[in-house]
Amino acid sequence: MQEKTAMTDAPKNSESLKKLYADMLLIRRFEERAGQLYGMGLIGGFCHLYIGQEAVVVGMQANTTPEDQQITAYRDHGHMLAAGVDPKSVMAELTGRSTGLSHGKGGSMHMFSAEKKFYGGHGIVGAQVPIGTGLAFANKYRGNQGVCLTYFGDGAANQGQVYESFNMAELWKLPVVYVIENNQYAMGTSVARSSAETDFSKRGVSFNIPGMQVDGMDVEAVQAAGAEAMAHCRAGKGPIILEMKTYRYRGHSMSDPAKYRTREEVTEVREKRDPIDHFGKKLVEGGVVTEEDLKAVDRDIKARVVAAAEFATESPEPGLKELYTDIYA
Amino acid sequence: MSTEILMPALSPTMEEGKLSKWLVKEGDVVKSGTILAEIETDKATMEFEAVDEGRIGQILVPEGTEGVKVNAPIATLLADGESASAAPAAKKAEAPKPNGAAPKAEAKEEKSEAPKVEIAADPEVPPGTEFINQTVRDALRDAMAEEMRRDELVFLMGEEVAQYQGAYKISQGLLDEFGERRVIDTPITEHGFTGLGIGAAFDGLKPIVEFMTWNFAMQAMDQIINSATKTRYMSGGQMSCPIVFRGPNGAAARVAAQHSQDYSSWYAHVPGMKVIAPYFAADAKGLLKAAIRDPNPVIFLENEIVYGKTFPVPKLDDFVLPIGKARIVRPGKDVTLVSYSISVGMCLEAAEKLAGEGIDAEVIDLRTLRPLDTDTVIESVKKTNRIVTVEQAWPVCSIGSEIAARVALDAFDYLDAPPTRVNGKDVPMPYAANLEKLALPSVDDVIEAVKSVCYRS
Repeated sequence: MQEKTAMTDAPKNSESLKKLYADMLLIRRFEERAGQLYGMGLIGGFCHLYIGQEAVVVGMQANTTPEDQQITAYRDHGHMLAAGVDPKSVMAELTGRSTGLSHGKGGSMHMFSAEKKFYGGHGIVGAQVPIGTGLAFANKYRGNQGVCLTYFGDGAANQGQVYESFNMAELWKLPVVYVIENNQYAMGTSVARSSAETDFSKRGVSFNIPGMQVDGMDVEAVQAAGAEAMAHCRAGKGPIILEMKTYRYRGHSMSDPAKYRTREEVTEVREKRDPIDHFGKKLVEGGVVTEEDLKAVDRDIKARVVAAAEFATESPEPGLKELYTDIYA
Repeated sequence: MSTEILMPALSPTMEEGKLSKWLVKEGDVVKSGTILAEIETDKATMEFEAVDEGRIGQILVPEGTEGVKVNAPIATLLADGESASAAPAAKKAEAPKPNGAAPKAEAKEEKSEAPKVEIAADPEVPPGTEFINQTVRDALRDAMAEEMRRDELVFLMGEEVAQYQGAYKISQGLLDEFGERRVIDTPITEHGFTGLGIGAAFDGLKPIVEFMTWNFAMQAMDQIINSATKTRYMSGGQMSCPIVFRGPNGAAARVAAQHSQDYSSWYAHVPGMKVIAPYFAADAKGLLKAAIRDPNPVIFLENEIVYGKTFPVPKLDDFVLPIGKARIVRPGKDVTLVSYSISVGMCLEAAEKLAGEGIDAEVIDLRTLRPLDTDTVIESVKKTNRIVTVEQAWPVCSIGSEIAARVALDAFDYLDAPPTRVNGKDVPMPYAANLEKLALPSVDDVIEAVKSVCYRS
């Protein structure tokens, strides 16, 4: 399969391009703030930041309709924001407050939004893949046009249940896009050290599922590949795999010192391939926006994130009766 | 010298079957692999092949005969040159008479091992209700069919549920009625299809996921516990998982350690889950219908040995029982026997024998294991002052352990003897027939435990 590059020939207005930029920047600033709150002891447990991978989810979500569902693993804050969930309720969940999406009972790894058809936020590596396949099954059962975007990482791609899902998805032609976010490290183990086949777009070959490798640091390339994949699903052709070549700048979680790679490796990606800088520069050079426009976007986002952090730290903890609610319907 | 062709056992639990059709006649020459007859077991109609060469001498059991015991002679086979008249006269009397006209349920009832004891009426069934006799197997099928007719969002998936008509024939006829959109054969992929069912349930569909047996559900344990059961809590009530997982649980017969395990307490341990383990056909039907309508994940534990048993089932258009209510199936005053699933039958049998010795046992069928109806148990213990729990599961951290703890806490002052458990032995299930028998609790074990808490010998 050919690597997809930016397809800028598709007509796009400056507003939609600006939105891609703003959506990525919101995730970046949100995650930076979350990292800071973690350092202050206001966020506990495991906290997995999405910094560096923003183009993947923003590019993919740009193709969705309200009928589509999405599901991912525990590195989920960015996915929630891209799905349009209010940053305040995401941040308040991170701080374990009553105003959080799950009233503080889920935390960073377990967040959901029924309203946005965001089905988590799953803490077990790979478990979201059969579930996402089941969401796609529901679309087909109901006969609607919905597609389920099922995100997972290069680490999860070695889980057995992923292949059980591939088999059924192709067998039953389910409308599911498997988005493999290959950030090159499954916690501390590099792809080369853990995967016999490192081209994840080929992981569906024995199930006849087509796959594409995509530059996951290029939001337009992601969006274009995503559009193609969604069209494939909506046409009733069954599942499709998109391998997103991406990179995470931070450790696996906040407590990971990331000694398994060099500082230089990270710096090089940040300098040469950063999805936000790269795209912003391109927009300015292409005359789509001015530097001043981008600064205005930055200011606006900073204010939103500060407001979210304030909300999340000022909201009360859940009432003690919450301990026993939401166990049974 | 002629040899006898014997009625074969064609499944681990088959004790008798119907000789549906002879495919050879007297005088036919057969060789190894020739199909001799069609035999209907409790699960399927099977072809029965010859092993030895020869000529069919005498057909001893005519086709259409039901209830032919395993190992009963059904024909004689003559060696080369031997004549039928020369062969020793075979007895035809052993086989029961053909019974083609009789309704199937009646025939099955005969073979049912259900003890012929008086069962207390279920207060949930309106007085004056008419009953029909039905196997647990058919009751389960009817429950699913009725709910699928009622609600388009209900569907069934699992291994062999559709075209094969169910590995244990529970889903017989459902494919024909509901089609392949709603009765779905899955690949052998428990982890995957369990997760898939859960995803569909998150979207609002109401899947019934059949595990061929619960032993295989261990492959899917993470999805059942972490995804189905915890998501409602973790989402602050935003997500529901209206799904039923069902299939046979516990020991079947001679299938050894990996295929003979009782998972009752495993699932009953988990908050967010509902767990049902019925014995009677009426409970199987009324509770499965309730489980399908329940907005929570429900574990429905059946028992292979019980599938073929026949019991009265209320003849009602829509018979739904409440989840979480135990039932006193035999009132008594001297000792409380608490049980669920197949062990309820054992308790009733023990109670009958104990009655002959002047001990009046009350038998409680828990029916639901989570939420556990401890009120009914505690009230009973306050009356009898003695309790014995009976189950096939291992003793450590069992349902019996939980009940003993609750009774010790809530009825301590009423107890005249320590709460006592009868369980399967604390060993993996052995294969050898004698050891398997030893590993499972018996009626005698129950009687012995009752006598011990009654201080009788």
